[in-house]
Amino acid sequence: MSEISHYSELWTHRTPKSRLLRWTGWVALVALFIWCWQLMTANTIWYFVTDAPRQAADIGSRMFPPSLAYIPELMVPLWDTINIATLGTVGGVVMAVPVAFLAARNTTPSATFLRPVALFIIVASRSINALIWALLLVAIIGPGLLAGIVAIALRSIGFIGKLLYEAIEEIDHRQVEAVSAIGASGAQILSFGIVPQITPAFWSISIFRWDINIRESTILGLVGAGGIGLKLQASLNTLAWSQVTTILILILGTVIVSEWVSSKVRRAII
Amino acid sequence: MTAEATNYPSTWRRPPQVFTTRTTRYALYGGIVLYLILASLSIDVDWQRVYIGLERGQRFVMGFLQPDFTSRWNEIVRGLTESLTMTLTSTVVGVLISVPIGIGAARNLVPAPVYYVCRSIIAVSRALQEIIIAIFLVAMFGFGPFAGFLTLSFATIGFLAKLLADDIEEIDARQAEAIRSTGASWFQLVNYAVQPQVMPRLIGLSLYRLDINFRESSVIGIVGAGGIGATLNTAIDRYEYDDAGAILLIISGFVLIAEYGSSTIRKYLQ
Amino acid sequence: MLRIEGLTKTYKTGDTALRGVSLEVPTGQILGLIGPSGAGKSTLIRCVNRLVEPSSGSIMLGDIDLAGLNRAELRRQRRRIGMIFQEYALVERLTLMENVLSGRLGYVSFWRSLLRRFPGKDIQRAYQLLDRVGLIDHVDKRADALSGGQRQRVGIARALAQEPELLLVDEPTASLDPKTSRQIMRLLTEICAERDLPAVVNIHDVPLAKQFMQRIVGLRAGEIVFDGPPSDLTESALTTIYGAVDWNTMRKEDEEKQEADAETDRQLAEIA
Repeated sequence: MSEISHYSELWTHRTPKSRLLRWTGWVALVALFIWCWQLMTANTIWYFVTDAPRQAADIGSRMFPPSLAYIPELMVPLWDTINIATLGTVGGVVMAVPVAFLAARNTTPSATFLRPVALFIIVASRSINALIWALLLVAIIGPGLLAGIVAIALRSIGFIGKLLYEAIEEIDHRQVEAVSAIGASGAQILSFGIVPQITPAFWSISIFRWDINIRESTILGLVGAGGIGLKLQASLNTLAWSQVTTILILILGTVIVSEWVSSKVRRAII
Repeated sequence: MTAEATNYPSTWRRPPQVFTTRTTRYALYGGIVLYLILASLSIDVDWQRVYIGLERGQRFVMGFLQPDFTSRWNEIVRGLTESLTMTLTSTVVGVLISVPIGIGAARNLVPAPVYYVCRSIIAVSRALQEIIIAIFLVAMFGFGPFAGFLTLSFATIGFLAKLLADDIEEIDARQAEAIRSTGASWFQLVNYAVQPQVMPRLIGLSLYRLDINFRESSVIGIVGAGGIGATLNTAIDRYEYDDAGAILLIISGFVLIAEYGSSTIRKYLQ
Repeated sequence: MLRIEGLTKTYKTGDTALRGVSLEVPTGQILGLIGPSGAGKSTLIRCVNRLVEPSSGSIMLGDIDLAGLNRAELRRQRRRIGMIFQEYALVERLTLMENVLSGRLGYVSFWRSLLRRFPGKDIQRAYQLLDRVGLIDHVDKRADALSGGQRQRVGIARALAQEPELLLVDEPTASLDPKTSRQIMRLLTEICAERDLPAVVNIHDVPLAKQFMQRIVGLRAGEIVFDGPPSDLTESALTTIYGAVDWNTMRKEDEEKQEADAETDRQLAEIA
């Protein structure tokens, strides 16, 4: 106790090699950041950037007060937005369920052919944002609610399909074994052994996606796919900032209400 | 034996699981049907337009199957560079800003006023969609990736700071107590008790956000915030579906790489 | 009557679980399969209704060889074999009635089963069976709301709903406490006696096997090393089945279990 001088005074947290590696990693990240920053800002007009606070103040002053008289005009587009989200979710669910069963290892009828196809559908749907889907669909089937609904549905397939097929792969295999030992047919095994096990997951995934879809459908109008986003686009184009404020408040309100509804429903069902 | 079986009832109905009273159940069914009818009525479909569109859809599918990478290659490269640099810089900046805000939003570390300020910043960032933020920032900072960079940084703050704060609030209080009892200062407390517990998760979440930011960077270009989304928007506007197909394939490819890469690294880190 | 001849099972991994097992179970007999874990007990039971595909050998139930059936025929034959599982394997989120009715799935069309429109006779039988296993008051409860012993009773009722000619029972009491275990075993043996039903019971608890089985077959490394009445199951026979070391540790565990058992009984007596 009294004699401590024969212990080393040096103590380091990591071995020199791992420290070196760490520092190299951080330096590389900083270098990469600087390089990216220069590439990104190569064409930036700095005048606009320095001017931004003035612009912000200008827009801010035009945004207030929100134009309340505009609210009645927004009710129909809001109704449309909710319909886009809801019908889109329903469509997405209808298409996602078979895809999920084809994609799950334990229910797919053909692991070599159909499973990869189903997984591809899921990946394709997931990697493309709803707004891009809407952009495509507006170009193909014309502007309007239908494009929005289909866009939401197509985007939802991947999300619901992925979560649902993971739920299917995680079911309790013994229950399925028991039902098949009874002498049940394939369809009966599905309806007695598998479906009851994934029902809670199914509802919670669908409601979760509906909640997300409400958010996403508010902006689909920006590319012409109907709903309140159309009004937002129109107000932005005419620089009617006080109307923009009204729309944003309405969107925020809708999102909060939908979050509340979905948490209520989820609790009621599960 | 079979004779005595006849003493038992020969009918059985599955008792309702969720809505137990008959009236609520029928009201619910009626409500759903009514809603579906009303919602379908609100879709105004111009079938002639859809019919014309089908031919375009066919061309789009053909464009997807025979994507044209060459004729707009320069624009694609520029868009992709913008997207990638935007993704990296905004994630780095976003993470750097979300750490102090995340710490400030942890109830167990800071006084109440700081907590409320930080939580409100998070709430604002989470409530507004990336697209809407992008619209405002483009209006203030002008077109181009700089506005996109700001948008994604802002969105990153809401995402990361919230999860970080929730994490810090859930840390093992005993470890913090032990460090505090040694007479450590607030910064030492954060460094010794909090950082080791939340660091792995912070790195994991940052990588996850990097993945999300790339996805978003392909969308915000639609409203003028730079990136590959802008290139895509132009291609679709000009009905150049083979270019659009090429861009979508590139986006999907990068999304896949980002998702797979970030999940692999996260697994490796844990 | 069940007659197994030269049954062999080699898994894809190369492990051989059964090596030419031959066994005959006459009508009305309750046969206990004992042996250390990995001896092939579970594989043997699962080969009979082909939840596990046998590699070679024949499994005659009556005059039908189960080993040689195609899928559709196998489905039809599986109706004749009731199975009871260690972890009950009930469909947790369905009601007791649905679980028992699911024993009739092999007899009703898909649409009837989907809409839960089972024939009146099946429903009467299901009520009767739930009454027999003492759960008539819980018909509309969900299976996940029951205790372990109650769930196993539902498992028994489901197997009986098939009106089977053979019961396969896989570790029926492994997840239950000693007292409930004996109640379940008693119920099983009574029911088999009532219906003259043969049963193959895979059981790891030797005292329980001795108490309730009419005949005991000992498996070791996929081969039958003992076959006889429980009274023949001596120390040396058990050593042959389990090996010296395993048997001693098992005996110790059993002593502990019996002590715990006695303790539970005492406590219950005090409460009553």
